[in-house]
Amino acid sequence: MNLKTESNGSITVVFVKEERLDAHNSGDLKSEMNRLFEAGSCNLIIDLKEVRFIDSSGLGVLVSGFKNSSARQGSIKLSGLQTQVKSMFELTRLHRVFDIFTTVNDALEST
Amino acid sequence: MRNDIVLEITIPNQTRYLSLIGTIGEHMAKGLDSYEGDREDLASQINTVLTEALVNAIKHANDSDPTKDILVRINISDKELAIRVFDTGNGFDLNMVPCPCFDSDAPNEKGRGLFIIRSLMDSVVYKRTNDGNVLEMKKSLN
Repeated sequence: MNLKTESNGSITVVFVKEERLDAHNSGDLKSEMNRLFEAGSCNLIIDLKEVRFIDSSGLGVLVSGFKNSSARQGSIKLSGLQTQVKSMFELTRLHRVFDIFTTVNDALEST
Repeated sequence: MRNDIVLEITIPNQTRYLSLIGTIGEHMAKGLDSYEGDREDLASQINTVLTEALVNAIKHANDSDPTKDILVRINISDKELAIRVFDTGNGFDLNMVPCPCFDSDAPNEKGRGLFIIRSLMDSVVYKRTNDGNVLEMKKSLN
C-alpha cells in the first residue's frame, strides 16, 4: 500500500495514496498506525483525499486506530472524505465517532 | 429490445481480486440506461456490496483458503439486479450474525459487512447449494 507519513509538530499525518482502502490493503495502514503508536506518536491525522472507495475492513482499521489512540490519550482525525467514503461513515454511524475535516490543514488548525 | 445481462466470473479465494470484481460491477451499474435513479450512487453501492460479499466468502465461508474458488454471478434485467456469490465452505447462519454495535464510545472493529449489504440491497438470502453455499442479494431497479 502506498502511504506517506509526515510529522507536523506533535501531530503525525498519514496520507493514504490509494484509490481503495479495503480488505486487501487495509492491514498495511493498521501496521503503519501501530508502528507510529509504538514510536510514541498518538495524535494522528489520516488523510483519505485519494481514497475513492472504502469497505468495512477499511472502516475497521480506522476504528482500531481510534481505539489505540484513545487508549494512549491521543486522537485520530480524518480528512478529505470523498462521496462514497462519507456515505459509508454515515451508513455505519461512524461519522459520530470520528472528527472529520475537509482538508488536512483544517484538521491541523483544529488542534 | 432486451437489455438482460448475465455475467459469471470465477476467481481464486483471494482478496487481491476485490478491486477487479467491484470495478466490473460498478461499470455494469453505470451502463444501466433505463435506471431512473442516481446511477453513480447505484454503481458505488454495487461495488460496495460485491466487495463485502466477496470478503465474507473469502474469509468466513472459505476460511481464507487460497486454493478454493469463488463464483460470482451478476444478473441484470430492466427490473432487478441480482448478485450471487457462491462459496465451497462450511457456511454460516445469516440469522445468527448480530447487528453491529452503534455505541460511539466503544465502536467494534468488525461486524459491519453484512449490515452494509443488508442496508444497500432489498433482499439478502444465504442458502446451501449442492457443493457449498450461495449468498443471494437482489435490488429492484424500478
